[in-house]
Amino acid sequence: MSSTAATPINQLSMSEQLQRLQNKAISSVELVDATLAAIETHDGSVGAFLQVYPEQARAQAASFDERRARGETVPSLAGLPIAIKDNMCRTGDTVTCASRMLHNYRPPYTAGAIERLERAGAIVVGRTNLDEFAMGSSGENSAVQLTRNPWDLERTPGGSSSGSAASVAARYVSGSLGSDTGGSIRQPAGLCGVVGLKPTYGRVSRYGLIAFASSLDQIGPLATDVTGAAILLEAISGHDPRDSTSVDVPVPSYSQLVQQPLAGLRVGFCPAHFSEGLDQEVAQTIRQALTLYRQLGAEVKEIALPHADYSVAAYYLIAPSEASSNLSRYDGIHYGYRSDKFENLADLYAASRGEGFGPEVKRRIMLGTYALSAGYYDQYYARALKVRRLIRRDYDEAFQEVDVIAGPVAPTTAFRLGEKNNDPLAMYLSDIYTIGTNLAGIPAISLPAGYSKSGLPIGLQLQGPAFEEIKLLQAAYMFEQAAGVLERKPGMVGG
Amino acid sequence: MSLSAKDVEKVARLARLRLNETDIEQYAAQLSQILDYAAILEAVETEGVEPMVHAIELANVWREDEILTSLPRQQALQNSPAQDGKHFVVPQILDAS
Amino acid sequence: MSYDVIIGLEVHVQLQTQTKVFCGCSTAFNPQAPNTQTCPTCLGLPGALPVLNKKAFELAVQTAMGLNCEIPLFTKWDRKQYFYPDLPKGYQISQYDLPFSRNGHLDIPPATDGDTPIRVRILRAHLEEDAGKNLHDESGRGAGSMIDLNRAGTPLVEIVTEPDLRNAMSARRFLEELRLLLVYLGVSDCNMQEGSLRCDANVNLHVHGPDGTKIPTPIVEVKNLNSFRFTEQAIEFEVARQWEQYQKTGQTIHDAPKVTRGFDPDRGMTYALREKEEAADYRYFPDPDLVPVTVTEEQLSLWRSRLVESPASRRERFRQEYGLSLYDAQVILDQGVLFADYFEQVASQTKDGKQAANWLTQEVQRVLNDRRWTLTEFPFPAPALGHLLSLVSTKKITGKSAKDVFNLLVEGDEPEVVTSETIDATIAERGLALVEDTGAIDMAIADVIGRNPKAVQDFRSGKQAAAGALIGQVMKAVKGADPQSVRERLLKQLEG
Repeated sequence: MSSTAATPINQLSMSEQLQRLQNKAISSVELVDATLAAIETHDGSVGAFLQVYPEQARAQAASFDERRARGETVPSLAGLPIAIKDNMCRTGDTVTCASRMLHNYRPPYTAGAIERLERAGAIVVGRTNLDEFAMGSSGENSAVQLTRNPWDLERTPGGSSSGSAASVAARYVSGSLGSDTGGSIRQPAGLCGVVGLKPTYGRVSRYGLIAFASSLDQIGPLATDVTGAAILLEAISGHDPRDSTSVDVPVPSYSQLVQQPLAGLRVGFCPAHFSEGLDQEVAQTIRQALTLYRQLGAEVKEIALPHADYSVAAYYLIAPSEASSNLSRYDGIHYGYRSDKFENLADLYAASRGEGFGPEVKRRIMLGTYALSAGYYDQYYARALKVRRLIRRDYDEAFQEVDVIAGPVAPTTAFRLGEKNNDPLAMYLSDIYTIGTNLAGIPAISLPAGYSKSGLPIGLQLQGPAFEEIKLLQAAYMFEQAAGVLERKPGMVGG
Repeated sequence: MSLSAKDVEKVARLARLRLNETDIEQYAAQLSQILDYAAILEAVETEGVEPMVHAIELANVWREDEILTSLPRQQALQNSPAQDGKHFVVPQILDAS
Repeated sequence: MSYDVIIGLEVHVQLQTQTKVFCGCSTAFNPQAPNTQTCPTCLGLPGALPVLNKKAFELAVQTAMGLNCEIPLFTKWDRKQYFYPDLPKGYQISQYDLPFSRNGHLDIPPATDGDTPIRVRILRAHLEEDAGKNLHDESGRGAGSMIDLNRAGTPLVEIVTEPDLRNAMSARRFLEELRLLLVYLGVSDCNMQEGSLRCDANVNLHVHGPDGTKIPTPIVEVKNLNSFRFTEQAIEFEVARQWEQYQKTGQTIHDAPKVTRGFDPDRGMTYALREKEEAADYRYFPDPDLVPVTVTEEQLSLWRSRLVESPASRRERFRQEYGLSLYDAQVILDQGVLFADYFEQVASQTKDGKQAANWLTQEVQRVLNDRRWTLTEFPFPAPALGHLLSLVSTKKITGKSAKDVFNLLVEGDEPEVVTSETIDATIAERGLALVEDTGAIDMAIADVIGRNPKAVQDFRSGKQAAAGALIGQVMKAVKGADPQSVRERLLKQLEG
């Protein structure tokens, strides 16, 4: 405890924060104040938050403190400050998706996952920046601001959950919620040296998550450590009858089970994950991770994912196709941005959408519209869906052999802001290791595996079978404990 | 697969996106590049493979025919760029949009 | 030169559910309170999701079964994408390549006895969501259009026929039969004023070429016909217009694309709708927010067994079992399923369909109309009417007496529910029972003959009318005598 005695309480792990709240060693107001102070100090340079709710958060914290003082039973996360990505609805908030299109949009309802989070007692301290409509891998597509990587402010935090990853990396909060359509939780978690988990499709309600690609989107937790991710996942998981694709299977007590030892773990690795685009330092770190698993008694073996090389192509047809449809609702009529440069209705649509959306969103709408249009459907969209099934089958077969598949999260460490701005395909290819997970609907976790010579975090990804999040968490915890990766923090927060 | 400026304009009309000349030129090049890359899918044997629309394949998810509370009108209209207190308001609708 | 008229219909039917097809908002017709029956889902708000209304699917399947359609074991939902202010998501949830039903038929009943029915094949029926309503500024000054989304998301079944109709009248009669079916099945109220049933008509001509070939003219779709009469008028107008057009231009289906036209009921004319520059490209694809529906053969046969009997089958039974004319059968069917049930109860009790039909279409309907009663408010249950009519056919009372009893028992603001006992009591009280004592009748006849030598003389000299007066006197003397029987016995005595 001596090492953490001087640590500001906002920098403690989630489980420690909860324990201290429970023991009344700290109050929720103190914790929220520490969080707000850290945001105040650092977020001018990091830019993780689009909105912060200081009064609301303090009031909620005070209320939990009072209930605790009166000896009332409070929910498990009572008084814990959490950040959420600005694409999840909550009554009373302005929800922007970092888009000009929704600059003033106020939803009249709350997302299923946020309802669960708040019912568990968590306090939403603010909304975090993202690539516009969650489309991007660097955060640079935000129409509002740049978010910088707390490890190196000249570099990207990754995306699209840029602010959710950066806010945890900067230790404002011990955990946050992001959304992951092709890697948008795991890749920024990897580049920011935090833990990020993309749950099985259907594990967490999508009701109230502003859609990018409906068949791929999933809300998930980011946290400073694996246990924190388990705690948050448990809070937000479960069936929601308002989401037809939500799956009605019991939610294990992830927070209780995460630290249980895992015997007879079989870890797979896939040669396709060590392909030519992979940075040598990253490859080295992942190989070391495999070695560590071996040392920990796991069986480590090679598996094949024969269609892995096609995942980027399939994904960049399927996701934009769905997006082109999902984003049709932003028409300047019922809500959102309306241009004043129009002469008639057709004009109103084209002008509002042309001005309201940023370049990457428009690029994907164009791509998806084209892929679904008459004469091209079979060639692009239908074919991509068939390849998607083949990718899923590869995973099903692999998971006959192993419990988890280990590999890199991203081909490189955090790249410099602006580096890939003018090359969309290069940017898309950086998602190569994460998007198979979304196409297959399976869960995956990203956790810190080591650091480059220049001191940038390198992420390890573990993929698992559908609804086996607990295996991922246990395997990740086992690694986390043995690898000693939790000791480092970004320099800006005293690491 | 090479998209011409004309192709891009047609897609933009379909998607109701007003683009300027520079956008059109840039998108023509970028979309062509991406579609060229996507052509690798043609190498995959997909004969007899069912398209996979959903990540987790469920069926028969229903709700019962029971009335739930609707939003108050003021909330239904609260985000509309133009409304008259009762309706959403748009420029005069002509036959084609 | 002559031509054939080729007509296919697309009919949109709102299903009678409490709530919308993908959310829990009410489907009540409520134009007075625009935008009060909406929620994040039917407003198309970001992040809101659809969940299928089970009842809507069941009603849709019943509709298709009534149309003799095949029901595949797998069906799914697709997005049809287009931009319009009444469509808040920018796409309509509909069904594209795998609709829940296909390949059915509906027969147009014969117009008169002896005619044969006309079979119209149904290509498909699919389930989709309705759009909202655009209210146009009537001032014409372009002030703007107003949008009410109360209707958005109401369940619709779209029924698409093959081009099997050959004239406007048949199209109208097809729609009438369809409406009757839907009302019998209880799947829709088919209220056309409220837009519960709307129709698009695809019309073209097959011109007979000189060498016996048939030359198809361009297809015209007349959209949004909201009455059967308008449908008939619009088609008639189109046929004349297209024929004139063909004679003028000689354009065939290969020369011009399909165009859409509207119908102006005030002028009885169709008019061109402004064409889009490019052919519509709806970019259908499977809705990732909704999951497929699968059914089993067992489920389908269970549903089939529970299906209400169709009007066509009833019409045929009414003719076969109860000997009704097509006309009478139709008059009864048109009054709705309760009325037809009522008829069947009465007719099966009295074993005289014709009598039951006459009573229902005359006495019963007259009272229902006069008193503005529905059949459920009508105080004369079928067994009671059956009892009353049986008394007539077994000559216990006269038809005239039966009508008197009937009218007496339905009098008053809130008449008591009639039973066989109250009928019998009324007959006894009023002394309306027919006297079967032939001795008494014969005595009265002899007495009347004795007292009216002049009339008797007249009759015997050939003045048939003289018998009338004599019968009247006998009837007065023997209350409740059957006039038919009195007449027969009187003539016998006079002639004998």
